[in-house]
Parts: sequence; C-alpha cells; structure tokens
Amino acid sequence: MSTSLANAPLEIRAIGLPLERIEGRAKVTGTAPYAYEQTVADPLYLHPVQATIARGKIASIDSAAAKALPGVVAIITHENAPRLASDKDKELWVLQSDAVGFRGQFIGAVIAQTPEVARQAASLVRVTYAEQPHEAELRADRSDLYAPKQVNPDYPTDTDEGDVEAALKAAAVTIDQTYSTPWENNNPMEPHTTVATWGDGKLTLYDSTQGAHSVRTMLAPLFGLKPEQMRVIAPHVGGGFGSKGTPHAHDVLAGLAAQAVPGRPVKLALTRQQMFSLAGYRTPTIQHFRLGADREGRLTAIVHEVIEQTSRIKEFAEQTAVPTRLLYASPNRRTSHRLAALDVPVPSWMRAPGETPGVCGNEMAMDELAVACGLDPIELRIRNDPPVDPESGKPWSGRNLVGCLREGARRFGWDQRDPAPRSRERDGWLVGLGVASSTYPRYAMPGSVASIRYGADRRYAVRIGAADIGTGTWTALTQIAADALGCPVEAIRMEIGDTDQPNATVEGGSSGITSWGTTIVAAARAFRAEHGDAPREGAEASAGMPENPDEKRFAMHSFGAQFAEVRVNVDTGEIRVPRMLGVFSVGRIINPRTARSQFIGGMTMGLSMALHEESVMDPRFGHVVTQDRRAPADARRAGPALEPDGFARDRRDRHCRRGGGDRQRRLARHRNPRAPPADHAGQGPVLSANTATRSSVIGRLRAARPASDNS
Amino acid sequence: MDARITLHVDGVARSLTVDTRTSLLDALRDHLGAMSPKKGCDHGQCGACTVLLDGRRATTCLAFAVAHDGATIITAQGLANGDGLHEMQRAFLDHDGFQCGYCTPGQICSAVGMLEEAEAGHPSHVTQDLTGPVVLTDDEIRERMSGNLCRCGAYVNIVAAIREVARKEGSA
Repeated sequence: MSTSLANAPLEIRAIGLPLERIEGRAKVTGTAPYAYEQTVADPLYLHPVQATIARGKIASIDSAAAKALPGVVAIITHENAPRLASDKDKELWVLQSDAVGFRGQFIGAVIAQTPEVARQAASLVRVTYAEQPHEAELRADRSDLYAPKQVNPDYPTDTDEGDVEAALKAAAVTIDQTYSTPWENNNPMEPHTTVATWGDGKLTLYDSTQGAHSVRTMLAPLFGLKPEQMRVIAPHVGGGFGSKGTPHAHDVLAGLAAQAVPGRPVKLALTRQQMFSLAGYRTPTIQHFRLGADREGRLTAIVHEVIEQTSRIKEFAEQTAVPTRLLYASPNRRTSHRLAALDVPVPSWMRAPGETPGVCGNEMAMDELAVACGLDPIELRIRNDPPVDPESGKPWSGRNLVGCLREGARRFGWDQRDPAPRSRERDGWLVGLGVASSTYPRYAMPGSVASIRYGADRRYAVRIGAADIGTGTWTALTQIAADALGCPVEAIRMEIGDTDQPNATVEGGSSGITSWGTTIVAAARAFRAEHGDAPREGAEASAGMPENPDEKRFAMHSFGAQFAEVRVNVDTGEIRVPRMLGVFSVGRIINPRTARSQFIGGMTMGLSMALHEESVMDPRFGHVVTQDRRAPADARRAGPALEPDGFARDRRDRHCRRGGGDRQRRLARHRNPRAPPADHAGQGPVLSANTATRSSVIGRLRAARPASDNS
Repeated sequence: MDARITLHVDGVARSLTVDTRTSLLDALRDHLGAMSPKKGCDHGQCGACTVLLDGRRATTCLAFAVAHDGATIITAQGLANGDGLHEMQRAFLDHDGFQCGYCTPGQICSAVGMLEEAEAGHPSHVTQDLTGPVVLTDDEIRERMSGNLCRCGAYVNIVAAIREVARKEGSA
C-alpha cells in the first residue's frame, strides 16, 4: 500500500455518530463482569483489620480467637506478611511495619472460606497500641505549612509575575476573600475490588482500576515480579472518578493475601465505609483570593494562595491554583500552594483535581468583582479573556470561552436576569441566575501501543489495554478504529482492559481517548500501509502513540460556560436548582450520545459538590465520621427538578482535530434539541460553584487527531 | 449456623446452604453466581442490589437469605427475555441512562417495580391527589426512584428513560 494512503486524512464516517454503547446490553442486564464478578474457582474471602488510632505503633496483636474460628484459613499482619521489595510509596507499604500513619490503615487481614466468617474473625483480632499524639485538622494558621516541590502532576508550586502588591495598592477596585472547600470522597458505585490469585510464580488480579497497565507497573516491582509475571484484568469498571487511577493499599493487601494462600483466588471488595480511609479523596482547601481591577473591570492583579492537606506518610499536592494561571489575563499574577502534612488518609486524584476546587474559588471571586465593578458577570469575564496563554505566552490551540458564554447566555435567557439581589420572588422562592467558566487541560500521555489483527471472522481485532470507567471507551475507540481502518464499526472487535493487550496509559487527566485514539489511528495507518484494505487472515500490525509537534507550539485547553437557575425558599432557605446549562468548547466529538452523558454527569457532580458533599472529619479521632453515601443521595433529592442540559460547541480547533465540523455541530444539536424556555427573569444570589468540566469528556472529544495533522 | 433454602431466581429453582448471616445479595452473588444485582453500599442506601422479590422491588443487601426461603426473585438479567430486552432496558439504552453501568441493573429493577406500584395507586411523598390514579410526573419519578443512586450522574437520562416507558403504559 502506498504511503500516501497511509498518511491520508481519515474519512469520517463512524466518528461523530451517536452510537449506542457496544457493551450497553451487558450493562442493562447486569452481565458485564466487574472485578468481583469474574469467574474464579473456589475463592477465599478477605476481610481487613484496620487501625483504630490515628498515629502510633502496634504494641501487640492477638489473633488466637480469630484463628480458632472454623472457616478461617489464614491471618496476616505485619508480623507474618510476605515482604515487599520497596518502601518508597508508604501508602503501598502494607503490613510491613508496626507503624500506624492514619486511622483506618490496614494492619491485618483475615482470609476465610466465607465472607461472613472473615468479617467475624477480623472483629476478633485484638490489637494494642503505643499511641502518639496526632493532628488531623487543616487550619490556615498552622505554623508547619510547607511548599511542596511541585504540585500534581508536575506544575510549579508557586508563580509570581509583575508586582501584585503594587498593583493591588493602585487598583481602583479590589476583592479580598477567602473560600474553603470541604473534604470530598470519590465514591464510585463499584467499591474498590481486587480478586488476586498467586500461582506458579505469577500474580493475577481482577481489579477495579482505571489503568490495568498502571497497576502492573506499580505493583509488579513491589512484589518482586517481572511485568510478565503479573496480569491485571479490568474490562468493566464501575466508576472511578480518579480514585481508581492508581493502585491503593487494597491491591497490595489482596496480593499479599494471595501469596499466603497460593493457588486460591482471594476476593477483597472494600466496604463503603472503608473507602473513606483507603481509596483516596480530595483534600479540603482554603483559598485566599485577592483581585485588583480598574473601574472598567480589567484585572490588574490576581493573587490565589492555597492551603490544603496531605498525609504525613505520602505527599499528594492538589494543583488548586493552577487553573488560575490561565483563566483570565492580568499583568500581575501570583499563585501558591502550601501543604499541611497531617495524620490522615492519603489524598489523591478526584475528578479534575485542582480545577474543581480552584475554578470554584476563581469564579466566586470573579462574581464578587463583578458586583464591586457594577458589571455583568459575563461581561467581566469577556473583558478579561486572554488572547494568548498568560502563563506561557503561547497562542491557544482554541479557546472560545467567550463564544461559550455568549451562546449560553442566549440559550439560557441571561438577558432577563436582574442583577439586584433578592429582586425576583416567585411563589415564595427567590430566583436567581448564575454563570461560571470551566476549564481543563488537554493532556495526552505517551506510551500507549495498539495492535490490529485481521481474523478468520473477517473482523479487525483492535487491542489496547485501555479502560472504560463509564466514559464510553469501548464505543468511542470502536468508532475511531473503524474510520482509521476504513471499515464499518461491525468489522471492529475492540479488546481493552487487560495487560495481555499492548500497553495503555491510564484513564486519567482526560487523556484516555486522546492518547489511545491517536495510537489506534497510528496502528491502523501502519496496518493499511503494510497489508492494504483487503488483508489476508492473520495480517497484523502495531504502533505506538506518535508525537504531536503542536503540543510545543500551542496552549491546549478546553473551556466551557456553566449556567444555573437557583431558587432559595424565602422562609426555609431551602435551595433548588431547576435548570442548568453547559456550553463547552472541546474539540471533536467522537460520540455525541456518550459525550452528552459525560457533560451532564460532570454538571450533576458539580451540583452535588456545590450543595451537598462534605466528608466530615472528626479531628479528635482522625477519620471521616460521615461514612456513607448520603451526599449523592441528597443530590438526587435536593434537585428533584434538576435538568442539566449539555451543549457541545465544536470550536474548529485545527490543532486538536480535523474536519467534520459541520456534521459534529449538527449532531450535537440533534442530541440537544431543547432550547430552554425564556420565561425566567432571574436575579439575586449568584451561584458560581460549578467547576471544571469532566476530565474524560475532554479526552474523548479531543481524540482521533490524525498523526499527520499539523495543518 | 447454616440453613438449607431454595430460591427461584430468574425462573430457575436453586437450592443452597447459607450461613444464617448471609444477606440475600451475597446468597445470589457468592453462592449462586447471580451477579446481576450489584453491591454498592451493603447498607440499603444506594439501591444497586435491587431485584424484584416476590413481585416487589427490594434491596437484597438488607434482607437475610434465610428469611426468604422459597422466594421468587427476578434480577435485571431475568427481566430480559432471551435475546429480547425488557422495554425498560431498551429505554435505558435509547436514552443512555447509565455510564459505568454498576447501578443500572438495580435502577432498572427498581423502575419496573415502581411502575407497578404507581399502577396500583400507591401514593408517594410528592403525590398531590391521594384519591385519583397516580400520574407519573417527573417529580413523581424522581421521588419514587430516590432510593437508587448513580454516581456518574445519569439521572437526567434515567428519568427520560422511565418517563418514556411510563407514557407508553399510559401512566405519565
């Protein structure tokens, strides 16, 4: 096959169609196997023993009563657990020492014939401690706050440009506000689950993870295994929201237990309560904002100083102030992050770490400034829209935040808003309209490989160890592969979620479809170049993710505008949100159906965060006392009239996508035909708590940029 | 202590020995391999384990298996008739009423049970007229489905799916 064909642009046929999820039938019947549901022979069940102090050492463990219980097969503690190879990551250094770093930490495990016996036996393990004083409360006045070397994943901790103090002093209008956001837990519906089998020097995990290869990369060395001695399988994942983006202690605990009972599969599913200590969470944040502006509302100074927590045993620095570096223009800008290392569970990624709390603070401060300047909040944002990335000076690959704000204003009936607080009341409810900007970086992670093989069934087996955590990966990658190979989607047999497939980067940072889709396109090009479009049975090719030279030339981010109608009961203060609208500038839509679900899902979680979600830490004991799923439940109830609508704008971003724009827009409209009624003249309290767009959405929407697309 | 019981699951009689502490959910999943009902919270808050138990929707994590000897259980898998999907399942696919899919079998069983409750005239917390037939407004659907959580936030599409089936049946 000629090189010209191999490098030709994709003929867009399947991409952009609102295809039904290809695994949908299995999901609506409940037959898609999640980790716990994979068929294994003769399993044992694990129940963990957890620390009941927040800091100290284990003085003694008495397992005699537990061991005596019929059905108990083994009990492992730090005294007898198999040794791990590295203590570099203290979160994963499970049952290796007598140290307790936070309440709820694993200090033992019971392996038994039934889950009931395992649980009872775990309650019979008697532990005494040498307890040490602990600290679990995040406060801004702590004297031990420190600057991490960088913030997640690799951003500078601090930035300082111009002279913010002088600018603030000279500013006609200033805002000085401190906002806090609470501890929040990811709480995917499927608990973190690992089914581990150790046999013939090989460890097999059925795992609930956002990255099968990531789990293997991190855990194989820990267990002293070569990569080929470990297999991780995760074809279906019941939600993650970042908490399954990296292996946690339960993966290690299951592996250790399996090592203790070789040949027998060991099943571990965390309880909902255990997930609050062991599966990561979003740190609480304290955000100090200072803004300076001239009388026309043009920003002259932006200062965003963040205080947040990490655990003493392992650092995670949420990049809360990072989005402030690019949202709005100002000649004088300062951002900083300071951490308190506490005796608390290890924080980690939760749905748009950094952007979610940071944009929330940013947008509240901008609304305060709009009031102080007497400006419409949208007009204020438009006046401060930066023509280039303020941080790097690079041109945007596409921004169009202003377009999103304007289109949203038109659709939402913004012109009927009365900015005077408490000025519109309807049937005992104060009615207001609010707006906020969204943003999320465009990440692509190098390292993925895809293989394509033409089979006897006259279908292309497309293999890459990617993950579908509800984001629609199965379907979107099938669409991309079909167009890349120039065949119908029925001719694609997608295979994902297994380390036996070629390496895939993690489903995190919205990078999934961008990285995997581009990789599949590269593999398809290699296949067509080598075998043509009428391949023989068994024809095969593979390729890795190509570099995108535009990454160095452009600042690549997604943007969006969120609108909400908020009603507050004049007597009870009860809050209702009858209407939301999101307008997004995100590049190419691979599948409008699943993309819209991602948008409204992100908006719904944003609503829940704004109104309900708070994991309440009791600093006396060092653990979350609200260990249940009330927050999401309340979200459902508080929004009985919740109707978020998502509308995706195709922004014709030449550097992130190619072609098909008109069709994309048409399809997006087709899926979102309802223009909101214009009968709501709102005003009053502005809710600006909706935050960053959902990570995975952006990944998908950015995908399928052909490797040669530099035009 | 163990007990011998029989459960009729998706049309098949299954006899099993359970610990008297075994929940109905664990009996289905761990003993019978019936994995369609999911374990999301194990304490009655999320609804992922919902099945039709003797014709009514029930959270199986809050039921002891031994207390339901002889019961008839229909899971989301059993709602499908061979290759044909139940109309509620079809509607969830049409409206993309799910993302990760883990709450979905429970949502679907709950929705099917809920429509029958409404048909039988059961009022809910938001029912305005307690004397007439139940009209399944969106408010009614949301209230009656409030025991089923979806962390992916597919509620808008779930309501749309249920609304469509309710309309077809003339109750909305």
